[in-house]
Amino acid sequence: MPEVIAEDSVGLVTPELIHFSEPLTLRSGKVLPSYDLMVETYGTLNADKSNAVLICHALSGDHHVAGFHSMDDKKPGWWDSAIGPGKAIDTNKFFVVGLNNLGGCSGSTGPLSLNPETGKPYGPEFPMLAVRDWVASQARLADYLGIEKWAAVVGGSLGGMQVLRWSIQFPERIANAIIVASAPKLSAQNIAFNEVARQAISKDPDFHDGYYHEHGTIPKTGLMQARMLGHITYLSAASMRDKFGRDLKHGKYNYSFAPEFEVESYLHYQGEKFSNSFDANTYMLMTRALDYFDPASGCDGDLVACLSQAQCRFLVVSFTTDWRFDPSRSEEIVNALVEANKNVSYACIESDHGHDAFLLPIPRYLEVFKAYMDGIETIAGGK
Amino acid sequence: MEPLREDLNIIQQWIKPNSKVLDLGCGQGILLKYLSEHKNVHGYGLEINPDKITACIKKGLNVIEQNLDKGLSNFQENTIDTVVMTQALQAVQRPDLLLDEMLRIGNEAIVTFPNFGYWRTRFYLLLKGRMPMSKTLPYNWYDTPNIHLCTFRDFEVLCHEKGIRILNKTVVDGEHKEHLSINLWPSMLGETAIYRIKRK
Repeated sequence: MPEVIAEDSVGLVTPELIHFSEPLTLRSGKVLPSYDLMVETYGTLNADKSNAVLICHALSGDHHVAGFHSMDDKKPGWWDSAIGPGKAIDTNKFFVVGLNNLGGCSGSTGPLSLNPETGKPYGPEFPMLAVRDWVASQARLADYLGIEKWAAVVGGSLGGMQVLRWSIQFPERIANAIIVASAPKLSAQNIAFNEVARQAISKDPDFHDGYYHEHGTIPKTGLMQARMLGHITYLSAASMRDKFGRDLKHGKYNYSFAPEFEVESYLHYQGEKFSNSFDANTYMLMTRALDYFDPASGCDGDLVACLSQAQCRFLVVSFTTDWRFDPSRSEEIVNALVEANKNVSYACIESDHGHDAFLLPIPRYLEVFKAYMDGIETIAGGK
Repeated sequence: MEPLREDLNIIQQWIKPNSKVLDLGCGQGILLKYLSEHKNVHGYGLEINPDKITACIKKGLNVIEQNLDKGLSNFQENTIDTVVMTQALQAVQRPDLLLDEMLRIGNEAIVTFPNFGYWRTRFYLLLKGRMPMSKTLPYNWYDTPNIHLCTFRDFEVLCHEKGIRILNKTVVDGEHKEHLSINLWPSMLGETAIYRIKRK
């Protein structure tokens, strides 16, 4: 609980549910007749609406990017380290928009929402989504807010993929793309991890082919396993060693299969927490959208040709011990951008924190991030 | 804006307006900034020093974190008009291979490096019997980043062996200034050389 709110926090914030009544045709061909997006904003939109920054969330993120919903909140929004007055994304300068993506489970239309055709929750019948569908819905949100062109679209991991997609889907509507700890498409290894997670969920007896709400159950075990697996891929060997080592929970072996090591307790705790708050069908959908993402496939696999469509400037950031999307994946994006003659800067940040580093207050990371964001107006005004 | 240092000023004159430039070890981006502002050059800098990378980003330049010793294989053949490398040739693991790479990806290259054949350096070694140290070469033999020092003549022999054509050559003093007198006996009197090279 924040006893006092720090000066560099956006403070207490309130999300807003925005309804969109125009149907959205999805990549799969299915149509969402109407939908809601849960949105949170920080800072003030300037008169010519040129200071808007869109934050795209990753797998389990949502609209609550920074600040607190109440003084009782234990933690601030998921990217509070980077967003606030004087921070990397300075809310004194920028109007920041966060949303829960379509298919999510934090208020936007998703598997938990009622299907207007049946009057029951969509559940597993919620249409399959692609990254481009999220981008299309985010563009509708920009229209709603009167934002012609984002000063920047920013995201890490799956969020970075949305940013990449933005740069080619609406090239004239984005001035800067900030892509952190991401990749131009998943590797076989990435897809494999997603599939294990999905199997854990779908084989949970409480999953009922995704109709668990009708059975009054929640596939908690499957969600927990999926999250535990995911969590391991977000950390690094070094960060797990530093955080847990072989520390024992009770100081000695109890010769049982109950958690003996601190790392086990930690994973159980993380899995348990997640399984109480996240929707299983959303997890299935989100991981599938990740698998499908491959913007270069529209250009015969040629990433250079694909990125040639972009008009914005790019900042790409990776982290040395990230093995989920290791630095070479970011470099694929950078190299293609250079070959396509696009403006791009790239920093590979030394960190022990694996993929999770993109959410952490690592001094050099935030310095690079801030240096780039601070320059945005100058560039917009000067060139 | 401050006037450009003399060696950088010579380099900028050899770079065509509106061209694509890659600056290896671009430092704080002084040359790239100048080229972008005065010659409408589309430039990229490679750098490994975190503070210098941030400085380039603050200037709005394209800077890419990359270690030159890991090669330039991520750049495609003939995609850059001019590849520049100032005062880094002597500090890389394989200057010969890097030169090949520069001319593989670039149409032309511009290289500057300190002259180990400078008369003071020669006399330092001759008279003191110790590895030369100077304003240009301020390090001890054991902690110097300059692991592949060479003389102008060494460099020209390497170019000859590799079939590299020297288009221009200018020599400057320790303050990076050009003098008529240096050009009387450049390999002895010049402290820094600036070469413009191309594949034959």
